[in-house]
Amino acid sequence: MRRGYRSPAPVCAIQRAFNADKSVNHNDNVDRCFAFHKSQERQAFVIHTRSDEGREPMSTFTVNGKTHSFDGDPEMPLLWYLRDLAGMTGTKFGCGRGLCGACTVHVDGAAVRSCLTLMGNIDGRAMTTIEGLSPDGTHPVQAAWRDLNVAQCGYCQSGQIMQAASLLKATPKPTDSEIDAAMSGNICRCGTYPRIRAAIKHAAKGA
Amino acid sequence: MTMNAIAELELTNVSRRAFLRGLAAGTFVLAVRISPPAFAQDRKYGGEAMSGGLRDDPRIFLSIADDGTVSLLCNRAEMGQGVRTSWAMVVADELEADLARFKVLQAPGDEARYGNQNTDGSRSMRHHFEPLRRIGAAARRMLEEEAAARWGVPVAEVKAENHEVVHGRSGRRFGFGALARGAAQRSVPTREALVFKAPGRFRYIGRDNVSLVDNDDITTGKAVYGIDAQIEGMAFAVVARPPVYGAKVKSFDATETLEVPGVLRVVPIDAPAIPSAFQPLGGIAVIAENTFAAIKGRSLLRLQWEDGPNGSYDSAQFRRTMEASASKPGKVVRSNGDVDAAFARAARRVRASYYIPHLAQAPMEPPTATARVTKEGCDVWCSVQNPEAIRIDLAKRFNLPLDKIIVHPLLLGGGFGRKSKPDFASEAAILSYALGGRPVKLTFTREDDIQHGFFHTASVERLEAGLDGSGKPIAWLHRTVAPTIGSLFAPNARLEGAFELAMGAVDMPFAIPNVRVENPEAEAHTRIGWFRSVSNIPHAFAIQSFVGELAAAARRDPKDYLLELIGPDRLIDPASMSDEWVYGEDPKRYPFDTGRLRRVIEKAASEAGWGRKLPRGHGLGIAAHRSFVSHTAVVVEVAIGANGVLSIPRVDIAFDCGAVVNPDRVRAQLEGAVVWGISLATFGEISFKAGRVQQTNFHDYQVTRIDSAPAQIRTHLVTPTGYDKPLGGVGEPGLPPVAPALTNAIFAATGKRIRALPIRDQLAQRT
Repeated sequence: MRRGYRSPAPVCAIQRAFNADKSVNHNDNVDRCFAFHKSQERQAFVIHTRSDEGREPMSTFTVNGKTHSFDGDPEMPLLWYLRDLAGMTGTKFGCGRGLCGACTVHVDGAAVRSCLTLMGNIDGRAMTTIEGLSPDGTHPVQAAWRDLNVAQCGYCQSGQIMQAASLLKATPKPTDSEIDAAMSGNICRCGTYPRIRAAIKHAAKGA
Repeated sequence: MTMNAIAELELTNVSRRAFLRGLAAGTFVLAVRISPPAFAQDRKYGGEAMSGGLRDDPRIFLSIADDGTVSLLCNRAEMGQGVRTSWAMVVADELEADLARFKVLQAPGDEARYGNQNTDGSRSMRHHFEPLRRIGAAARRMLEEEAAARWGVPVAEVKAENHEVVHGRSGRRFGFGALARGAAQRSVPTREALVFKAPGRFRYIGRDNVSLVDNDDITTGKAVYGIDAQIEGMAFAVVARPPVYGAKVKSFDATETLEVPGVLRVVPIDAPAIPSAFQPLGGIAVIAENTFAAIKGRSLLRLQWEDGPNGSYDSAQFRRTMEASASKPGKVVRSNGDVDAAFARAARRVRASYYIPHLAQAPMEPPTATARVTKEGCDVWCSVQNPEAIRIDLAKRFNLPLDKIIVHPLLLGGGFGRKSKPDFASEAAILSYALGGRPVKLTFTREDDIQHGFFHTASVERLEAGLDGSGKPIAWLHRTVAPTIGSLFAPNARLEGAFELAMGAVDMPFAIPNVRVENPEAEAHTRIGWFRSVSNIPHAFAIQSFVGELAAAARRDPKDYLLELIGPDRLIDPASMSDEWVYGEDPKRYPFDTGRLRRVIEKAASEAGWGRKLPRGHGLGIAAHRSFVSHTAVVVEVAIGANGVLSIPRVDIAFDCGAVVNPDRVRAQLEGAVVWGISLATFGEISFKAGRVQQTNFHDYQVTRIDSAPAQIRTHLVTPTGYDKPLGGVGEPGLPPVAPALTNAIFAATGKRIRALPIRDQLAQRT
């Protein structure tokens, strides 16, 4: 397994490419990365435009199985909708640029960064947040996190758990390098990485 | 877990209260202590010397409900060090209670009632282990007395065990819940009357697998951090702050900002005079109905700044300035023997200079606070290491009595020193006041956090040794040059404070007869603040790297050489090293015990298989350091791949903090310290050009991620010395030896000596 130090773990293909190119200004990278994500979403999802009356069209989606609707600024990231408008604070703000993974949620089952997921693009989608990962907090990843006392401050762990749950769904028995690759977009400043690796394996065993 | 260390000790004739009031008024001048009264008889140490002192009255901290549920008020901020769990373990043990029936609540900010609440300096368990035991033991005694009175038997015949009081002879028993109301009315036993459990009977203290009290909440998203405060009717704000320390708004146009749907108000905040202590930096606040609208509105502000005197700060240029300063003599802060004479007769002289740049704490939860300010009083909900600092600031700012300022501490999403400064709470309060009392949640974006921090100092450490014919040092000269945290408070503060020097520079324990430590001047051009382990980081990096260099010069094994430098086991009086601080502790209780440092070195080395045959491109490096009155040794194994790509297969860290209360959390802190040390050594740098921080977010202020963390971190707790001996700190002391152990390992693998951090691509350049 190779653990490169010279560039941080990229969170998307375009950022990886930009990071490899030292001549590019990093600030531009992020803006381009941000734009890339937006464009990806726009290709994938229906784009809402302002109606003639200046009111935003209503979009309807679910969060943890409950129906929500939204007619505000379509550029608002899902993160701030969840935290400020819906009052669901389990999803955390860490960087606002898709660089840290603290805001990871599932959209139609896939782990995404809610800080880069725009409200204009989620009509008809089904969101799952940490609060809804399991009805009673007994998802194998949650249980493993408790069994191994993974958390220190715990702030990033919502995102870590959502990312790990997504990894295990796709790869039930991940190797060390698969764990590192899948989890490298999620920063923990307390340094719980050794226990995150162990807990993912623990959850994989129990699953 | 962290650090504030500018202690009251640093202030002459100024109480901490007056100190902080002065800060708020902006008229305060710090009196930096030059020569303290040498351990005057009435001098207090440890927790007793902290503002507010210590409390051990069980009625303040404990309540037991009729159903037996025990509520414990935790008086220290939880920021990942596990204090809520560890405190409950201690109290539950002495109380003979069932930890599963504990609820841990957070004490509001109120040092008059609860004693000191400033969570820093790796002090929470160090200072409170004994008071917590007294709390538990006193409450147990009160429950036993209540039961004995009800049964009409002597209290000696009853005994608390597992949440019940039992009368041995009759077999009668009462649950704690049934006794609680009566017990609470009984007088609290005197300290002398308390009987403590024998350590052999501990059920929780020292146990390795206690589940965190917040585990359920953290893993289900229910844990409430400062940023999660939800106060009815609150608005949301961000602030455009001056890009240069001391800059002011020249002009601004908020026309487009105010057109953003959801934006409510744009509020200028005055820039303080510098040095600005813990004051907000000023700027233009945008208040909106949600955080996104505030951020969007802020991006549309048209702003012009007047940079002021720090507008030319260039950290690369400043490094050269500090190097020039280090090349000349400075204020002598420790002197033993005759260094110059020893240099004159030395067989050879070795000299090296080391550099560590500014760093940002960058906790995953950025600084944030929610405040509601009315004529009647203030409420602040936030994640803060030092709630009393907020109370004092707001009382002064809004001319309210201290008891009208209520600080509700919530969980911290990391602190690392950043949240010992209350600037963000002041901002939230200023904005709520501007809205006429509507609650306001103020959030730092990550860019704000990276660019407007209280940064770890930048430093140049120059070391020179004179070696005798056998390669043994006979003279040691250390010049430490770094802007001081004192520069936050005092204009023209250019010398390190006693507390900074005593973080590894003067308290250097090597058995060298001639030692001089000098502190040439350095000027601060940005806000310098506490950062996990503080000045121990540059001092340990320089000294432990230099030991590696001397060992190489003497053609000796680095571990053997380090142990020889430390010399025979002995207790060193800190005063003999001109250590006037000793982390605020009694130097008689906490002498420098070189035997303990030796033992952790030997432990780390043996566990790491020091001397074993390694694959090509691998190397082992060792470093050791005492800080926060605990002892740490680290062995790092590196592997250098093609084109200098560095990986870390394994780190062994051995640690002696005295008695261990919660081994699992001590191990967690050590694991975190290793990652933190690797992170700052490999990536960490905040640089300035034209007074402006060049980094903005986690793409250019890189931190260690899981794929660059060591493959294995092995923690080794060196056997405790007994629970009656004074405890050491835990949150910070693991960190200082990590970076030099890493660069020593790189030297072992490649022959390349890294003298300036971060390592970044220095290994690639050599190929």
